[in-house]
Amino acid sequence: MSGNNNEQGGRLTINFRLNEKEYSLEIDPGERLLDLIRNRLGLIGAKEGCGMGECGACTVIMNGQAVNSCIIPAARADGAEILTVEGLSGGMENDLHPLQKIFLEKGAVQCGYCTPGMLLSAKAFLDKNRGREIRREQIKEGISGNLCRCTGYQKIIEAIYCYAREAERAEERKG
Amino acid sequence: MTWENYFMPSTTGEVLALLEQHQGQARLVAGGTDLMVQHRWDPLEVKSLIDIGRVPALKEIREDHGRIYVGAAVTHSQLVDSALIQGKGRVLAEAARSVGSPQVRNVGTVGGNVVNAQPAADTAIALVALDALVHVSSPGKEREIPVAEIFLGPGKSSIDPAKDLVTAFSFSAPDSRERTYFVRFARREALALPLVNLGLWLQLEEDGHALKDIRIAVGPMAVVPYRARKTEASLKGAVLNEEILKKAGHSISEEVTPRDSFRGSAAFKKRLIGVALKRGIERALDLKGVDRHER
Repeated sequence: MSGNNNEQGGRLTINFRLNEKEYSLEIDPGERLLDLIRNRLGLIGAKEGCGMGECGACTVIMNGQAVNSCIIPAARADGAEILTVEGLSGGMENDLHPLQKIFLEKGAVQCGYCTPGMLLSAKAFLDKNRGREIRREQIKEGISGNLCRCTGYQKIIEAIYCYAREAERAEERKG
Repeated sequence: MTWENYFMPSTTGEVLALLEQHQGQARLVAGGTDLMVQHRWDPLEVKSLIDIGRVPALKEIREDHGRIYVGAAVTHSQLVDSALIQGKGRVLAEAARSVGSPQVRNVGTVGGNVVNAQPAADTAIALVALDALVHVSSPGKEREIPVAEIFLGPGKSSIDPAKDLVTAFSFSAPDSRERTYFVRFARREALALPLVNLGLWLQLEEDGHALKDIRIAVGPMAVVPYRARKTEASLKGAVLNEEILKKAGHSISEEVTPRDSFRGSAAFKKRLIGVALKRGIERALDLKGVDRHER
């Protein structure tokens, strides 16, 4: 059983991988994953929008799935593999993931507040559907947990669609 | 926000031992997508949380002797992606697919959705339509309860998360004459609670025409998920045609007692539930040309 260090309760130690780095941290049992990421690790890409799991600004990828880090207890990170927007480019400093580049090209970024969450939802969706033909309707469902109040979504959907098409073409060339 | 302990047991035995040891001072949490939000505005009174998300036995979906078992900690995403549920519990797969958003479905569980007992909980509506049983373990005691009987009021169920562990839900695997369907109307297709949701199970006579039996579960049409039994009775034995469907739509509109809310007026919801029933039956039986309003 994992959890508290001792029978009396109190702080607990968790071990996890985040952006391909190993961490071992002592946390408060009531801490949220978002607080852990922003306040303890200083990674401020994930944002707190609504704080109740509705806007998706705090989205991170945990064990391959997009989750709202504002409603995940930090304790649950124990043993998990987590990806935040800071790790999206795979450790290449000052470089961007191709998905980020295409967001810029297509004008899918305006104020930027939703962007980290939007990118991670898009990545989780694309990873899950790798090798399949992707339709715009599916992209809409894939990012339906992320609110954007600037773009009207069209350019975001377009960016993800173009990325998926390019990936499909690359697969075919390899084919 | 804080609690003193956060336990992550890995077997149901450990979960029950923790419940017994803490004597009502610890409560279970599954996905936490409701609990973490509630706790923020109205802090929980318990000192400890017992997270059941790491108990493999509670995360299984399986078929055994003609029944389908869904573990309490199965997430909505697992239900959506399960070939077994898609094939033999369509209403449940579709209900799960309409919950929240991908992020919420990845974390929120069927057990949490049911035990939280919201009048329009999508998977609860589906499980009522499937006449599912809830399998409950408490220290020293096991019981099975029809899911429709656990709801006591909005947000209230007879399952006490400081005493009772829901281990699974189960329902009969359907035979070739049974169909299920789920209909939901909401302001938008994600992150919106439904104006109306309806779970349907029906069984055809051997001739393939008349309805032998039907169960209609609806929300939020009363303080708890509700079976429209009068309308069900009026449809038993019926040979379906446009007129019968229309009558059934009127019947269910009369039968339900929704409230006015910011999502819609009672009159509007009464109207919608009739449409939902008609559409549900048509889609469940793949009737052609009756409903022209395809999405």
